[in-house]
Amino acid sequence: MSTTVTARKTASGGRAGDSIFSGLSLGAGVLILAVLAAVALFLFLQALPTFQAPAEDVSGGAGFWSYIWPMVIGTVVAAVIALVIATPIGVLVALYISHYAPARIAKPVGYVIDLLAAIPSVIYGAWGTTVLASSMVPFYAWLSGNLGFIPFFAGPPSQTGKTMLTAGVVLAIMILPIITAMSRELFVQTPKLHEEAALALGATRWEMIRMTVLPFARPGIVSAVMLALGRALGETMAVALVLSSGPLTTSLVQSGNQTIAAEIALNFPEAYGLRLSELIAAGLILFVITLVVNMIARAIVARYKEFSGAN
Amino acid sequence: MFNTALRNPAPVRPSSPRRSTLTRNQKPGWLVPAIGAAAVVVGAALAALFGFSVALWAVLAAVVFLIAAPVAVTAVEGPRNGADSLMTYLVYTAFVLAVIPLISVVWTVLANGLPGLTSNLLLTSMNGVTGATDNAAAAGESPVLGGAYHAIVGTVSITFWATLLSVPIGLLTAIYLVEYSKGGWLGKSITFFVDVMTGIPSIVAGLFAAALFGLLLGPSTRFGFVAAVALTVLMIPTVVKNTEEMLKIVPNELREAAYALGVRKWRTILKVVIPTAISGIASGVTLAIARVIGETAPLLVTAGFATAINWNSFSGWMTTLPTFIYYQIMTPTSPTSPDPSQQRAWAAALILILIVMLLNLVARLVARAFAPKTAGR
Repeated sequence: MSTTVTARKTASGGRAGDSIFSGLSLGAGVLILAVLAAVALFLFLQALPTFQAPAEDVSGGAGFWSYIWPMVIGTVVAAVIALVIATPIGVLVALYISHYAPARIAKPVGYVIDLLAAIPSVIYGAWGTTVLASSMVPFYAWLSGNLGFIPFFAGPPSQTGKTMLTAGVVLAIMILPIITAMSRELFVQTPKLHEEAALALGATRWEMIRMTVLPFARPGIVSAVMLALGRALGETMAVALVLSSGPLTTSLVQSGNQTIAAEIALNFPEAYGLRLSELIAAGLILFVITLVVNMIARAIVARYKEFSGAN
Repeated sequence: MFNTALRNPAPVRPSSPRRSTLTRNQKPGWLVPAIGAAAVVVGAALAALFGFSVALWAVLAAVVFLIAAPVAVTAVEGPRNGADSLMTYLVYTAFVLAVIPLISVVWTVLANGLPGLTSNLLLTSMNGVTGATDNAAAAGESPVLGGAYHAIVGTVSITFWATLLSVPIGLLTAIYLVEYSKGGWLGKSITFFVDVMTGIPSIVAGLFAAALFGLLLGPSTRFGFVAAVALTVLMIPTVVKNTEEMLKIVPNELREAAYALGVRKWRTILKVVIPTAISGIASGVTLAIARVIGETAPLLVTAGFATAINWNSFSGWMTTLPTFIYYQIMTPTSPTSPDPSQQRAWAAALILILIVMLLNLVARLVARAFAPKTAGR
């Protein structure tokens, strides 16, 4: 009980301590708001020359918007590919952990999924460019050979496999743990009584999940997917290493396309003057896009929190 | 929907002598394994049609099984159990699909990284290592020279500064949110914007630090501390969220007991609340460090790229392990024989993964060993 003794000795003093301490913690909170405002402000200030520069001085020679537009599309396409792959698998893996795996397997599997999230993105990128890209080549050849009439798979396919689709797959692997971890949290919180009631009425396991677990977790899954989308939009290294970039193309199995984040990472180290400002402006656009996506996700979480009983 | 189809009542017909009435509408135990074996065979046949490869074989066998097994179960047990078995197999398939890349990543890093994990890699920098050195190494005339020591130094010093900046700010903010704000508008907006900050792309954080120091000290200002500021922006939200969670589960009875003894609020927080939650806070900080230590993108735009050892975070360019890996892969030291660069990159990746795993493990052990006592009542 030494805590109490020291506390009592100085209890009468320390009025100043109280106000200093509350002031400090308030200051830290305000500082965070200030930092976020500063992020937006400094990016805007440094990006300003780009918006004012004559159109022919900007890369591409047709103004900033026509420079950034293909990369916005590329960013969204990569993120959408990742989501289309990762959402069903992520949710099913979460179901496996929460409702299918035996308890003694479920825990280590959850831990492994957390580790998957902890692996640095540059390592996924290195893996994607050395292992995944080359093993995707025959698959792309098959796709363009048999499904080439779909514009997304139009040939000739890339011989290195460093395409948008590969980048999307790497991104999918990176965001999968986010979706799985967040969905699992919700799945295990489904009221046991609902599940048992469904089973007692004779529901099969899948019917029980469809009628009790999924409705309970639906808003949470939506927000998990939105957060994963935010991560996929902003992910840099996987795309920078995996994608052999180029102008915007419809085909996902040819090299080409570019994302904002990868464009910045690849060009910033050598950039100066107006080019520097251009890349910062690109960063500002990316910041706004991810900000909007994240705010929507948080709003969904906040909207459903009171109904879900998840707290 | 339950009332219509509870275990379809068996149609009245003489039961076969071998199967009891209890198990009549259930699939025999051998059915699914048999379909599995058949799927493997059919998959091999189909794969042979397209040009055989093990991956194709596995995919086709899985597809055949995923179609055939639920159809068979539907035929025996009815559509409801058929749907149930389909979902069960899909869930297991999804799990296997999710685990394959993890195994592949870990295997790749181990297989490529272990040969390069030499004392050279750990104890020397890339200073003076040129394309000629690498060409000699690739020709087998000398061992692979050069290493990641400077990158380890950079990682340690930049992470140190980022931790030093973000932990006090994050800790104090969490204390404000839990102990002082009382659900006021400021507290709510801080919580909201901390959530938003979690989603800032790491490259944007890097650009922010670059833009900030660019305005203060001139464009293209690059040294370790700029990178530390960028990482701080990424680290603060993690620290705040984790600490907030931990402070929230400190039982109110402890605070009330301290107040009842006449202890001031700040002393209560410092001497009662934080010591109770310290293990959780420590593990949260460790996880935050593990998150930022692997960041690459912000360092590319803030710390520059160095080949020599630089302990000074306030002047001169710095390299960290992630940027070292990135540059060794993207721009090999010797463009004609990239193998030595690849070897160094994978060995550095192995070190990085080991550091991250170790930090995660430490965080878990700390949290478990000194878990706060929540039994307050």
